[in-house]
Amino acid sequence: MRAVLTVIGKDKVGILSKVSSKCADCNANIIEVTQTILQDLFCMIMMIDISQINCELSELVYQMQQLGENAGLAIHVMHEDIFNSMHRI
Amino acid sequence: MLNTTDILETIQMIQNQNLDIRTITMGISLLSCADSDIDASCEKIYEKITRCAKDLVQTGEMLEMKYGIPIINKRISVTPIAMLLAASGGDPIKYALALERAAKQVGVNFIGGYSALVHKGFAAGDRALIESIPEALAKTNHVCSSVNIGSTKAGINLDAVGMMGQVVRRCSEITADRQCVAASKLVIFCNAPEDNPFMAGAFHGAGEPDCVINVGVSGPGVVRAALAAAPDGLNITEIAELIKKTAFKITRMGQLIGSEAAKRLQVPFGIVDLSLAPTPAIGDSVAHILEEIGLEQCGACGTTACLALLNDAVKKGGVMASSMVGGLSGAFIPVSEDAGMIDAARSGALCIEKLEAMTAVCSVGLDMIAVPGDTPAEVISAIIADEAAIGMVNSKTTAVRVIPAVGLKDGEELEFGGLFGTAPVMKVNRFSPAKFIARGGQIPAPLQSLKN
Repeated sequence: MRAVLTVIGKDKVGILSKVSSKCADCNANIIEVTQTILQDLFCMIMMIDISQINCELSELVYQMQQLGENAGLAIHVMHEDIFNSMHRI
Repeated sequence: MLNTTDILETIQMIQNQNLDIRTITMGISLLSCADSDIDASCEKIYEKITRCAKDLVQTGEMLEMKYGIPIINKRISVTPIAMLLAASGGDPIKYALALERAAKQVGVNFIGGYSALVHKGFAAGDRALIESIPEALAKTNHVCSSVNIGSTKAGINLDAVGMMGQVVRRCSEITADRQCVAASKLVIFCNAPEDNPFMAGAFHGAGEPDCVINVGVSGPGVVRAALAAAPDGLNITEIAELIKKTAFKITRMGQLIGSEAAKRLQVPFGIVDLSLAPTPAIGDSVAHILEEIGLEQCGACGTTACLALLNDAVKKGGVMASSMVGGLSGAFIPVSEDAGMIDAARSGALCIEKLEAMTAVCSVGLDMIAVPGDTPAEVISAIIADEAAIGMVNSKTTAVRVIPAVGLKDGEELEFGGLFGTAPVMKVNRFSPAKFIARGGQIPAPLQSLKN
C-alpha cells in the first residue's frame, strides 16, 4: 500500500528533513522522491510505503497537515489509488 | 511511477477547482418493515435504518481522509413511504418523524423517500401522504419528499398535478418565516429514477436491492477550468472532446469512492450518477461553463445548444469511467445553487421559459427557482404539467422544484444560505391555466413512433 505525499510552497531550509523525519516517526518508508520548481514554488512529491505504518493513515494525514501549516506549506498525503484511478484506464 | 503532472492536476482539481464527491447515498428498502400497525411499522423503520446506516457517516469521513477528497453529503434514500402507509393506514406524519429521528441518530445530512408514485393513479396511502407533505416537511429538518406524477409509459396524472400545485404553495406558506424552506425539500417528477442519489428527489425504488450504495459526483469547476486553460480557437468538436476527458476523470473519483464505500459497508455498489452539480461557491457553476464555451451570459440565445453539448459530453466521458451508471446523470441547472445562474437571473438574461427549454436537453428540470409569493396554485400546477410533458415526450426525467417566495415579488431575492444559495424571484406568466388544471384526469401516454 502506497501513498503520495506532496509538499507545495515557498522553498525553505530543512523541508525535506522535517517531512522525512515525520515519515520515519510513523514508520512510513520513503520509496521515491522527485522535486521541481514550478513558477517559483517548491514542489516535492514523495511516494511512501504505508503498509507498515504504526498509526492510522488519517493520523499521518493530520500530522502532515499540521506540519505544513506550521511551516507555511501545503502538505497533502493521499492514497495512491486516487491518482491511479483518475489517470490510468 | 505516477507522472508529476498527473499528481499535481489531481491536487489542483481538489484544492482550487472544488472537485468533490457530492454525495454517498445509501438506499435502504423498507418493504420488510411494512406492518398493519403504524407504530410498529415506524419502530421497524427506525431500527432498520439505524442498523444499515450506522457506519455510513464514519465510513465517508474515513474515505475523505484516505483519498484527500471531500465527500460533501452522506445521505439515505428509502422506499416510498406511501407504500408503507398503504399497509398501515394512520397518520403519515408519524413516518416523517421516525425518518427524522433515524437520520439524526446516524448523522446523515438528508433522508429522502417521503414519496408517492402516482403517475397512473392513486393507490391506498398515496393521497393521504401527498396531503401530509407540507406538515411533514415543516416539522422535520432532514426529510425530503418527492412525487412522481407522470411517465412516458403511463402519461401524466393531471389530478395529481392539480394537487401538487396546492401542496407546493402550502409548503411555502407554512414555512414562510423560514425562507419557505419546505418547498425546497419537495420535488415533483416525471419519469423519476429509482436509484437517484441526489436530494431532494432521492428515493429507493421497489426494484432495487435491500441495501445499496449510490454515489453522485460533482465538478463544474474542473470542467470550467479545463475550458479556460484550453488554447483559444478550439472548435466545438474539440470542446466536446475536452469536456469528455474531464468528465471521465471526475467520474473515476466517484467510481473509486463508491466501490470502496460499498466494500467497507458490505453492501452492493449500485451506480455512479454522472452529474455536474453546481454549488453557490465561486468557480463551481454550470452557467460559467456555458459562458466559457462562448456565451456572454447564461440564458443568451445558444444556451440550449451549449447545454445539450455539455450534457452529452459529460455522459459520454462518464460512462467509460464507471461500471454502472444511473440516477439523474447529466448537468444540473438549479438556479439558486449556481453563482452564474443567479447572476443571469438578476440581469434578466435568464427567464423561466428559457430554463424550461434548457430542461429538454439536460438532467432534471426547473430546479430551485423562486417564483412570486402570490403565484396561484393552478399556475404552479401548470408549470409542473409543462415540465412533465417535456419529460414524457422525450423519455427523460424532468422535475420541478419551485419555491413560491411568500411576501416577495419578482426582482426581490430569497436567501437560503449554505448549499441552497440565493434565489432571485423570477417572473411568471400570469395568464390563467385554471380551467385546464381543473379538468383533471389522465393525459394519455405518448406514441413512441412517428417521432417528429
